[in-house]
Formats: sequence, structure tokens, C-alpha cells
Amino acid sequence: MATKNLDITREHCPMTFVKTKIELAKLQPGDRLEVLLTEGEPLENVPRSSEEQGYKVISIEKVKDNIRKVIIEK
Amino acid sequence: MSTITNKKKLSIICFSGDFDKLVAAFTLATGSSAVGYDVNIFFTFWGLNAIKKKKGRAFTGKGFLARFFGFLMGGINNVPLSKLNFLGASPKLMTYMMKKRNVATLKDLIEAAKNLNINLYACEMSMIILGLTLDDFIPEIKEVLGVANFLNYSEGGDRLFI
Repeated sequence: MATKNLDITREHCPMTFVKTKIELAKLQPGDRLEVLLTEGEPLENVPRSSEEQGYKVISIEKVKDNIRKVIIEK
Repeated sequence: MSTITNKKKLSIICFSGDFDKLVAAFTLATGSSAVGYDVNIFFTFWGLNAIKKKKGRAFTGKGFLARFFGFLMGGINNVPLSKLNFLGASPKLMTYMMKKRNVATLKDLIEAAKNLNINLYACEMSMIILGLTLDDFIPEIKEVLGVANFLNYSEGGDRLFI
């Protein structure tokens, strides 16, 4: 089971969740994606849309200021 | 992974070959696909310029007039801004501003659409007028469609004309 990293802190709509979706699609079942994102729209949308599409949000933790790390598993 | 039933669907008729409207179409398409929608884009008339294999001006198509129009219309590198185009300078300036502000450029969005496996279709009727064949387009174009098939593929979802 592999873990990949993705930093979308400098991206804007729609690339925040587009890049996440493209990376998630590459994972094998059981693999994880660690996504660094900012509060606001990315934090609202990335975990929600991932769960809606059947991925599992393992954790959301604060990294610094307005940056969060979201771990998603396929 | 759970299976999703009754997947939402968005079908865009991309008639415009304007830079800004193409950005809108591809932003909606990629964003919708990324949140789990099935997305179809049906390129017709000016919109076909966005999916030509030859990105610049080229005498594509069959027949003298069609080739002449093909040259004038150009490919994705020649799409104009719908307002304040300034002889083609504005799309380049706009792309510069988009890059500087970390917003996806039109090329980024088109690449993302390909990576997301969005269904891309070309309109049969406008291809006949312009003397174009499937070979003149990028390989990601899945099929050449008419109205009946477009209605069939887009049934039960949202439809947008851009």
C-alpha cells in the first residue's frame, strides 16, 4: 500500500479538486493520498467530493495557519 | 470503493471558439467531472477549433473554401478573446495573467479534461461544412455525433450551450 503526496495550496478552482481527482484515480485500492490544501473552498470540497465518489477520508489535520493535510484512501 | 448509482451528468454544447468561453466550458467540464459527474462536451462549428490536431493556422479540410476557412479559423493557439481581442494579443496577455496568478490556463484545462476521461465529441454537420474528418482532431475525440445521438447521450442530465 503506497502513499502519494499532493500539494494544492497554490491552486484555485477547479484545479484544486481536479488535480486531487486525477491523483486519486491513479491509486490502487488501499493506497493513500496526502493532500495539502488551504481552508475555504478546497477544504470544503475536496473531502466531501472524495467521499461522495467512494473514497475514504482518513483524517484532516492542521499543518500551519490556514493549511490542512487531508489523508484520503482508495 | 462503493458503487455510485444515478450518477449526475453534464453535457456541454461547445459552439464558441472564443478563448474566454472555452475557458468557461472547460472549467465547468473539468470541475464537474472531478466531483463525480459524467461529462460530455459536444464541439460544434467554431468550437471545433479547440480540438484540431494542428494547433496553429493550417489549411485543414477538404476543398478550396473549406481550406481557406480552416486557415483563417486556425487552431487552439489562434482562438480570440470574445471582447477586446486586439488582433490576438489579449489571449496571450490573459494566459500570462492566469499563469502569474496560478489559475489554470486553457491548455491546462484541456489537458485535465483528457486526464479525467471527459467524453469529447465532434458535430457531424459542421465537420461536413468545413470539410473536416475525425483525423483532423486530437485522438481523444471519441465519436462524431449528430443531434439525435447527442440528445441520447445527454438524456437525464443538465445541458449547457456555450
